[in-house]
Amino acid sequence: MNENQRFPWAGVALAVLTAVGMLFAGAGFWLTLVVLVLWVASLWLLIPREEAFTPKPDAMQFTRTEMRDLIEHSGLPILMLDGSRIAIANSAAREVLGRHVIGQDVRVALRHPAAVELLGRSQGGSATIQGLTGPRSIWQMNRQPLDNRYSLVELANRTAEADISRAHTDFVANASHELRTPLASIIGYIETLVEEGDDVDPAMAAKFHTTVLREAKRLQSLVDDLMSLSRIEAEKHDQPSDKLSFAPVVEQAARDGAGPNRTERLILDMPEKPVVIRGERQQLEQLVRNMVDNGLKYGSPETEVTVTLREDERGMAVLSVVDRGEGIAPEHIPHLTRRFYRTDPGRSRAAGGTGLGLAIVKHIVERHRGRLDITSKLGQGTTVTVRIPAVAEPPETLS
Amino acid sequence: MVQHTVKAFDDDIIRLRGLIAEMGGLAEVAIGEAMQSLVRGDEDLAREVVLRDKKLDALEHEVDTLVIRVIALRAPMADDLREVIAALKIAGVVERIGDYSKNIARRVGRIEGRRRFEPLTLLPAMGELASEMVHDVLTAYAARDPVLALEVIERDEKVDAFYNSIFRNLVSHMVENPATISSAAQLLFVAKNIERIGDHATNVAEMVHFVATGTYPPDRDG
Repeated sequence: MNENQRFPWAGVALAVLTAVGMLFAGAGFWLTLVVLVLWVASLWLLIPREEAFTPKPDAMQFTRTEMRDLIEHSGLPILMLDGSRIAIANSAAREVLGRHVIGQDVRVALRHPAAVELLGRSQGGSATIQGLTGPRSIWQMNRQPLDNRYSLVELANRTAEADISRAHTDFVANASHELRTPLASIIGYIETLVEEGDDVDPAMAAKFHTTVLREAKRLQSLVDDLMSLSRIEAEKHDQPSDKLSFAPVVEQAARDGAGPNRTERLILDMPEKPVVIRGERQQLEQLVRNMVDNGLKYGSPETEVTVTLREDERGMAVLSVVDRGEGIAPEHIPHLTRRFYRTDPGRSRAAGGTGLGLAIVKHIVERHRGRLDITSKLGQGTTVTVRIPAVAEPPETLS
Repeated sequence: MVQHTVKAFDDDIIRLRGLIAEMGGLAEVAIGEAMQSLVRGDEDLAREVVLRDKKLDALEHEVDTLVIRVIALRAPMADDLREVIAALKIAGVVERIGDYSKNIARRVGRIEGRRRFEPLTLLPAMGELASEMVHDVLTAYAARDPVLALEVIERDEKVDAFYNSIFRNLVSHMVENPATISSAAQLLFVAKNIERIGDHATNVAEMVHFVATGTYPPDRDG
C-alpha cells in the first residue's frame, strides 16, 4: 500500500500526456520515447528510498557523551570498555578504582584472574572477585558486550552480605568471649579463697570478695544487656502505639542514669510545651539512661553533660546528649553502634561498659522509627542525637 | 597520559601495563590461596596454585617479548624508557613472587599433624601482611603513586619483625617437640618464603617510585 502511495502516478501520467502531445506535434517517435523514458526514469530516481536503505540516525541511539552522562551518576561502578581499554568510568567507578584507570587497559583496574578470564571471553557473564578494594572485600562483576567493540562492565559490592553471615558467627564468639572474661576471674578468685581457706589474710580476702562481686555484677549487666538487645531486636518491626509525654521520661531516666553521685554534672534542658511521641516507656528510659551514662562515662570528669529535648519544625522530637570529653576519632564513628565495638577496650571495661550500650540505643531508636546521629570533635566532645517522630495531638492520658 | 606521535607506541605501553597488572593479579591470588591451602591442609587447592604458576611464567615471557620489541622498534627515551625498563624488571620480580607462592603450596603435603600444630596459627597473619604489600604495590603501579610505594617499603619492616618472631617461636617449638621437627622445618621455609615475598614487593615499590619520579627512594638501613 505504501509502495503505491509512493509511486508518482501523477508525474508518470504527465509524462505520458506530454509524450502523446509531442507525437501529435510531429516529433519523431524515437525522440518522444527517449524523452518519456528519461522523464519516468528521473521520477523513479526521486522516489524516496525505503527505510531499510536509508540509515537515518535513530533517535534512541546514544553518542558516547550521552552514554557517559547516563551512567555517570549510577550508584554502581560502571565501566565502558573500548576493546580492552577503559573508555568511560562513571563517578562510582572512579572512586573505587581510582581516576587513573581511564584510558588504561582494563586489567590495570581489574587484575584478579577471575576478572581477567571474564574479560577475555567473547560473551558476557559474571564473576566474583575478591580483594578489589580491601583484603576482605568481595565484588560481583558483570560484563555485557554491546557490540564487537564496546562492552559494559558493572561492579557490585557484595562485601556487606558476606559480612552479615560473618557477623552472626562473630556475635556468638564475641558474646561468649565477653562472658568468659568475668567468669574466669570469678572462678580464679573463688578458687584461691576455697583452696587457701583460712590462710588468706583477711584484708586480702576482702579484696578478693570485692573483685568477685564486681565481676559478678559485670556479668549480670552483660546478660541483662544481651537479653534486652535480643528482645528489642525481636520487636524491631512493630512500632509502639502508646502515646506518652517524652519530657518526664527523659528527666526521670537521665537522673536514674546519672545516679546520685553524678547528678550535679547533669544539665537538663526540657521544653515548656510537652513533646508527645509514640513509644514504649521502658525502652525509652533505657535509651536515655544509656545515652546519659555514656556521656558521663566518656566525658572528662567534672565537666557537665547537657541533655536537651526539643521539638523541631519538622515535627521530630530531638533528644541530644552533649559531653565535653576527648571526643571520638572519625574512623571509629561508623562502628560505634556495633556490638562489643570499643574504641579503647581497656578503658571501656574499666568504666564498667558492656560494649552493648549504643547497640541497644540504635535498636530502640529504629523500633521507634527514629534516627541516631553521632558527631564528635576530637578534644571538644561528642554529641549523640536521637530524632523520634512526635505526635501532634496532646495525649489523652499521660502514662 | 601525554600521547605520542606514534599511536602504536601508546598501544604498546598500555598493553604492557595491562600485562603487568594481570601478572600481579595472578601473584596476589597465588599468595592468598597458597596460605589458605597451607592452613587448611587443602592439597587440591595447593596443586591448583602450582599449576597456575605456568600462566604467570607465560605472561612474563610475553612481557619480555613485548619489551624487547618496543625497545627495538621505538627506541623509547626518558620516562618512556623508564617505564619500559621498569616493566621488564617488575615482571621478573612478580614472577618470583609467584614462585615463592608455588613453593609454599608445594610444602602443604609435607606437614603432618596439622590439627594440633600451634606454629601454623602464626603464619596466616604474616602471609596477609605480605599479600597486602603486594596488593598495594600493584595499586601503586597502576596509579603511579610514589607515596603509596614508599608506604609499602616501610611496611617491609613489619614482615621482617614477624619473620624473626616466627623463627624464634619455631625453633623453641622444635626444641620442645623434637617429633615435629620436620614439619616445623617446612614452616620455617614457608616463613622465609613469605619474608622474601615482602622483600620483592619492596623491590617493585622501588621501581614504581622510579617510574613515577625518576629517582630511587632513599636507602633504608638493613
